Amino acid sequence: MARNVGFDQNPHYLEAGLESPVDEEGVHDSFSQLIAEQSQNGPPSDTAFELQELQRELDEEDRDNMSVPTTPEQEARGGLRRGRRYPERDGEAEQLSPLMGGRWSSATLRVLSSMPSRTIGRNRGAIISQYYNRTMQLRMRRHSRPSIRDLPHSSRPSLRGYRVELDYNETDARRQDHLVSNLQNLSVSDRVRMLQAMPLSVAEKSQLRRQVLQKEVSHPRSQIPCCSQLKYYVIIAARQAWYSWLSFLHSLQLWQVALKRVGGRFGTGVLSYFLFLKTLLFFNLFLFLVTGLFLVLPQAVHPPKPPAQKQVAFSGLELLTGGGYFSDSVMYYGYYSDSTLNQMCSESQAGCDHAQHGLSYNMPLAYFFTIGMSFFITCIILVYSMSKSFGQSFRIEKSHSMLAMKVFCSWDFKVIKKSSVALMSENIATQLKELLADVNLNHDNKTLSQKLCRLTVHCLAWTICIGSTVACVLAVHYLADHMHALRENPMRNTSDPLMREANLLAVPVVVSLINLLLPGLFNAAAWMEEYESPSVRTYVAIFRNLMLKVSVLGVLCYHWLGREAVASETMGLQCWESFVGQELYRFLLMDFVFTVLDTLLGEFLWRLFSEKVLKKSRRPVFDIARNVLELIYGQTLAWLGVLFTPLLPGVQIIKLLLLFYIKMGSVMLNCQAPRKPYRASQMTTIFITLLCFPSFLGATVCVTYTMWSITPSKSCGPFRGLNTMIQAGRLWVEQLKRVNPRLTWLATAHSYLVENPLFLFVAAGVFLIVIYFNTQVVGGQRKIIALLQEQIENEGEDKKFLIRQLQSTHEKKRNRPRQCSRQDSAC
Amino acid sequence: MGNKQTTFTDEQFEAYQDCTFFTRKEILRLHGRYRELAPHLVPLDYTNNPDIKLPLTLLVSMPELKENPFRDRIVQTFSEDGQGNLSFNDFVDMFSALCESSSRELKTRYAFKIYDFNRDNFICKEDMEKTINKLTKGELTPEEVTLVCDKAIEEADLDGDSKLSFADFENMISKAPDFLSTFHVRI
Repeated sequence: MARNVGFDQNPHYLEAGLESPVDEEGVHDSFSQLIAEQSQNGPPSDTAFELQELQRELDEEDRDNMSVPTTPEQEARGGLRRGRRYPERDGEAEQLSPLMGGRWSSATLRVLSSMPSRTIGRNRGAIISQYYNRTMQLRMRRHSRPSIRDLPHSSRPSLRGYRVELDYNETDARRQDHLVSNLQNLSVSDRVRMLQAMPLSVAEKSQLRRQVLQKEVSHPRSQIPCCSQLKYYVIIAARQAWYSWLSFLHSLQLWQVALKRVGGRFGTGVLSYFLFLKTLLFFNLFLFLVTGLFLVLPQAVHPPKPPAQKQVAFSGLELLTGGGYFSDSVMYYGYYSDSTLNQMCSESQAGCDHAQHGLSYNMPLAYFFTIGMSFFITCIILVYSMSKSFGQSFRIEKSHSMLAMKVFCSWDFKVIKKSSVALMSENIATQLKELLADVNLNHDNKTLSQKLCRLTVHCLAWTICIGSTVACVLAVHYLADHMHALRENPMRNTSDPLMREANLLAVPVVVSLINLLLPGLFNAAAWMEEYESPSVRTYVAIFRNLMLKVSVLGVLCYHWLGREAVASETMGLQCWESFVGQELYRFLLMDFVFTVLDTLLGEFLWRLFSEKVLKKSRRPVFDIARNVLELIYGQTLAWLGVLFTPLLPGVQIIKLLLLFYIKMGSVMLNCQAPRKPYRASQMTTIFITLLCFPSFLGATVCVTYTMWSITPSKSCGPFRGLNTMIQAGRLWVEQLKRVNPRLTWLATAHSYLVENPLFLFVAAGVFLIVIYFNTQVVGGQRKIIALLQEQIENEGEDKKFLIRQLQSTHEKKRNRPRQCSRQDSAC
Repeated sequence: MGNKQTTFTDEQFEAYQDCTFFTRKEILRLHGRYRELAPHLVPLDYTNNPDIKLPLTLLVSMPELKENPFRDRIVQTFSEDGQGNLSFNDFVDMFSALCESSSRELKTRYAFKIYDFNRDNFICKEDMEKTINKLTKGELTPEEVTLVCDKAIEEADLDGDSKLSFADFENMISKAPDFLSTFHVRI
């Protein structure tokens, strides 16, 4: 919290300040030296002399240039111009200098206006020296240490290596030379990053770059050893490849125009939903490519023997139920063969000619490893993007400067539509007013009865939410049981195939209805509650929604993996994995259908209703949080289903593409920009975290459990006949040991690392320790931040002290000649 | 493909790629946008770096900037003469600093320059008042504006000189995670 350390205008205090160097000699020894020297100097200092010279050369004041390269004389002239302004506007001098009640002398003002803090960021020389320091630090970090002579000296050790360049005797050109030589010594990627981050104009940056490259050319290449030359070429080639890849990606311009339109009209909040959709699309594309390439393609090229029963003809209902024609196709687990494809000879024959029929392809192993690898890579990508997003949006300490942040950070520069801009201005004005009211208001402590009332309302709302969730979960549980019983008991089963197919759709429809209607109930319950801030309200709504979806999915997983898988024989199911795959396909599809219905009814019809019937111009607002949670739910289903339905990512891709265009159209036609402030980057972090933690982690746990413990069905799929799916891996390792005895180490490593649960415990323990260390580091950094803020305040005090001393010195100097002339004696 | 006229040499492309956050295709697209503002003034061939500047009035007519209350300040900040006349290099510089992959520090620096209306390297009370008036377009009364300014400066000023230096501004921005996503112009 910034303390407003104002200047005390009490004259007594000022006098005391004037006296301090004399009094506190022990402490301020160095300062008193400096000041004594200063006051003994008869002629003015170098800077002031130079300035006086230049003053005569000045014709007129022109506006300060910002990025024109300035030499020290011009810099001083700039300072002088500013210094000249102050004495001219006599009456305003007091307003301009809040530091003291009295007037500044022009000499003090001249010195003040050329202080580094007033020139940094504008003066090119200051920028160059700052980046010189930075490249120096970077070089030291990268172990190509510069010589000691190059390090800047400073009287205050705490300032060494910090931004302030204290060696003012260096000219601009020399500083630039230093910077160029430093840039040269950095690696190529570091150099480019430094160049890109410099706040200079492009023309100056390209000039610097040209100088760096020229210097490189002038260095004789033969001196550089050839391996680093090779490294250099490799790096250059890699950069070219990376740039052309980026160019290609940008040229794809997937939906760029549409996204710009949405961002221009609705701002960053709604745009983040569409960007999240795009991210999910890429995840699914990756999964689809991997499974397609390694699973679907080989199996499609080598179809297994046609089954005994007749192929079912294709009817339209298959698209809805996923059964029928699709049930014995590449789409489901049951189709995949359990043997090595294309291998005509058995293992016992020695000297088997594999090349005769092309490469052999071990299907079970491929299935096992493809699914495992794709999950592993998805995990890495998710964790990486989550940590990056976290790094951008997580702030260690709570910020107190809400008002200042609101003024400078709330304008969304992406919005370009006139009406949205007007709306945004209105919103910002309202928020500023609210913040002002908050700041001015004294938060009275609520009376006990009011607190109790609030608590009861909260409890009531929570009871409603949890109660309805539990009720729905039980309903789903009993419905699934009922369906299960129906399938089990052939007598109760209707003979009509259409009814049978429709029965399959019962549970998905009910679950989608629950997902649609219950959040509305949660919103209604939250409406009567009172929260401290709108963000708390959003978090509570997200949490309730999440709780519902997680419990429903949990119950379904229990049904599929706990009941259907185990009791598959009694149900007469040939292939429980295909059945589960079909169920997931149906769930995904129903989710899509109901989302489209919700868009039509919730947004389109509501807008028509409110315009025609209610005659209001308030359009519905796009509920970002709810829609993103829907996306996450759909993605969880897709991840759950990859093991059983390798083509499910493809279905998800089609669904996401259609959803994009439908939602885009609906938003543009029916919705208006959100009225409440939406913290886009924090919400994006939360959504990526939700995608990683409950969603992906849950799917991984289910898939791992399936692979580890559940017996695959005996008559279909790539793992038929094995005890667990993991056994395929074990068998392969043993086979490898048999075929090639040199790889025994792999088998032993496998048995010790993968089979042994102790290894997993140890790994988990190490992770926990690492997490603990990191939390301690964060705590330490918080303390350092507090210390640094204190230090900044102290430096501010120091600065004021020095300025006062400077002023008093100049005053003394001014008074002394007058005294001399009056007394008419040798001074 | 036909007769492809080169707009930039390879060396120019490489320089742009190293010094800005844009790739080749984006530079060409930017050139197209720059040219369509004044097709008779801006040549297609930039290989010899012609010295052409477009005035402020043309630039603020771009759809990306037209409705932005800070459009004049943005263009002036990136112009060499401070009047808002941008050469193509300045044009690229502007959109590179405001693009998605631009670094936080670069954006903070330029945001500070944009909000510093009187260019004295400090955001003083007058600068803040102008900013708030542009943001809210007259929705707040002058007393409210003054109050907001005072409170905001009090919150953000660390060294106690009643105005925001770059260090104060940077410190405040570092606590606002949304800054990177809102201070972004899509081109």
